[in-house]
Amino acid sequence: MAEYLAQYITPPWLAYLLVALVQCVLLLAVAVVVAGGYTWVERKVAGRVQDRLGPTRVGGRFGWLQALADGLKLLCKEDLVPGSADAMLFRMAPYISFCASFSVFLALPFADGWVAQRLDVGIFFILAVAGVEVFGVILGGYASGSKWSLFGAMREAAQVVSYEVPLALCAVIPVMAAGTMDLVSIGQMQTGWLSNWLVFHDPFTFVTFWVYFTCATASVNRAPFDLAEAESELVAGFLTEYSGFRWSIFFMAEYASMFVVSGLAAILFCGGWNGPLPITSWLGLTADNGPILAFLGNFLGACNFTAKACLGMIVMVWARWTLPRLRIDQVMTVCLKYCVPLAAAMLLGAMLWTYTWPNGLILKSVRLLPAASQTPAVSTASAPGAH
Amino acid sequence: MDMQPLDPAMAEFDVQTDEILINMGPQHPSTHGVLRLVLRSDGEVVTEVTPHIGYLHRCAEKIGENVSPRQWIPYTDRMDYLAGMNMNLGWALCVEKLLGMEVPEKARHLRVITCELNRIASHLVAMGTYGLDLGSFTPFTYAFREREKILDLFEELCGARLTLSYITVGGVTSDLPAGWLERCEGFLQEFMPIIDEYHAVLTSNEVFIRRCANVGVLTADAAIDYGCSGPVLRGSGVDWDLRRDGEPIYTRTYEGYRFEVIAQTNGHYPQDEDYPPVPRAAVLGDSWHRFYVRMLEVVQSVKLVRQGMDFYRRAAGSCGEPVKLSQKLPKGEAYLETEAPKGQMGFMVVGDGSAIPWRVRARSSSFCNLSAIGPLCRGCLIADVPAILGSLDIVLGEIDR
Repeated sequence: MAEYLAQYITPPWLAYLLVALVQCVLLLAVAVVVAGGYTWVERKVAGRVQDRLGPTRVGGRFGWLQALADGLKLLCKEDLVPGSADAMLFRMAPYISFCASFSVFLALPFADGWVAQRLDVGIFFILAVAGVEVFGVILGGYASGSKWSLFGAMREAAQVVSYEVPLALCAVIPVMAAGTMDLVSIGQMQTGWLSNWLVFHDPFTFVTFWVYFTCATASVNRAPFDLAEAESELVAGFLTEYSGFRWSIFFMAEYASMFVVSGLAAILFCGGWNGPLPITSWLGLTADNGPILAFLGNFLGACNFTAKACLGMIVMVWARWTLPRLRIDQVMTVCLKYCVPLAAAMLLGAMLWTYTWPNGLILKSVRLLPAASQTPAVSTASAPGAH
Repeated sequence: MDMQPLDPAMAEFDVQTDEILINMGPQHPSTHGVLRLVLRSDGEVVTEVTPHIGYLHRCAEKIGENVSPRQWIPYTDRMDYLAGMNMNLGWALCVEKLLGMEVPEKARHLRVITCELNRIASHLVAMGTYGLDLGSFTPFTYAFREREKILDLFEELCGARLTLSYITVGGVTSDLPAGWLERCEGFLQEFMPIIDEYHAVLTSNEVFIRRCANVGVLTADAAIDYGCSGPVLRGSGVDWDLRRDGEPIYTRTYEGYRFEVIAQTNGHYPQDEDYPPVPRAAVLGDSWHRFYVRMLEVVQSVKLVRQGMDFYRRAAGSCGEPVKLSQKLPKGEAYLETEAPKGQMGFMVVGDGSAIPWRVRARSSSFCNLSAIGPLCRGCLIADVPAILGSLDIVLGEIDR
């Protein structure tokens, strides 16, 4: 699109800037709506888990405007910086978290080609940038000038940094099976039936999926791994001194990264925007039938992808409201003694499997490597402003 | 961050080590009220815990020396506000002991019914908040859902939900309203299956077991030395319950009732076949056992309430006449301990011949149970402090009085 606009707009960089702005605004809107909508979902699901109703008043019968009301309330609160806090770092910390977790959306494809910036190393970019989020938390905890915050930050540092190792190991396995780090290509490979999903590619990817989900839950600080803000122990951990808008920024960052890890699980293991059934190809909503039908197909795919990511998040909610919190030593044990060795073993297994049966053994329909004809097509369809 | 090394509030900066002092409370989500624990910790490892109490001190005992015994009943409600009935009973029985009174049969059974219902309510709060202490919110809502029904029954009975003042010196304040027994029976029938739900969400939950098995082990000897009582004592395997082993004036209240004292003897809990087995990781006297004892006691209390309702239906006569406010107390003193949900609640009254007691004192079980927290928490992790504190199930209204 940027190339198309550049023909009419001079100087050309303005066209690229315009397109980038549109995409940024779109992504921000998506991410904020995801975070807001998801708080509502969490309240409703938690309500059902706990035999109560959840929000029912704000915005009609189901309380669906609750997130907006909460946001307004948080905006109206006093902006408080504790006296003993390092004011500059204290103010800066939420934005670091926020920027990190929202930048990740840049490389997250919602459907075939629906990605702000298609990167050849998309998965690498996501894991790397998502890892920066922890700095905001550590900084916030350190700068708060409160011992509880400091404890939260220490725990976050220990936990998240440890869990990134098995998380990355788990992400490598589908990448290896697919033969590319480009998330759009990984998604395209899983087109068609459920059996094309990488989670069913071989027994090792199947196990890896569960390890990945555990590590993802831990790396985004969700219960039972929510030690950094363990309410009953550390008051609110690194969030203790935060209130109002700064708090809500941390909060949105947390929910956005939950969406990202769930979405990544969907792309890497569960077909991305390709449903359990090849509905879009049944309906003829493919690129072969013109751009409008392709757009519709992609729209359905994006809905499908969002639904999968939300399902992952709902599982996280379910776990959160069911399980007690682990202790820090137990969290580290789970990571270092179970997740890392298991992920490493799966990596080895998947490697041997791919080496022995390059075209798959059980489910032969999986295209392990992108067909030669597909690769150039992919690069021309890449997102605007890429090169 | 300007640190004033000479500021006594920051004394820890004088100690040039890695240790830090942390105030847990008085405003902290899991200190069960306004308790302040000063933790000396080396990273996550706690080396010393010092409880500081007194934030809820309301001079209740001194007030008791200025009002007549019946007027002091509402103050007892506010001691263990989660078990007002049991507090009322302790004080009423203590004064009755001094006066040499006997209450009518019907009042006796009403006292058992209400006290045991309140014991269930109190243990439900203990269970629910213990879940909260371990980071699990859902058991709390499940527990409060059922507790609410007990409070509704109390509301119907005496108009109050927490500060009940129902049991009074000389009996109870009023007879049961019409249909109350049926509603109570209905509640018990609904409640029994839900106990399994509680066991599913907590008792046999793997994460729960990992969090509280072998955490805060209190040996039987240590429990006795610290004067621990109630589920904390029985969780250490000491078979001691004042409802069975107490003074005659108290055990007479439970005369004719059949119930088990829940304590592990010979490696088994009484009638434990219906409940989740003791996990292998659990050690007698740890947080898990204290929790388990409460859960099993709830079942015993349900049985007691059922028996009490049977006895009540058969009992004739009045439900007692509260003593007059001007009732003179004889010269002398009386001390009586009763088995409240949290442990042995003792009351002491000294009469000097007037209607106003010369001296009133209360012995709090939570106070003694809390006193054991120092050795229990030595060397544990910060996350274990709420886990141990919650398993002691203290209530600050009773400690500070």
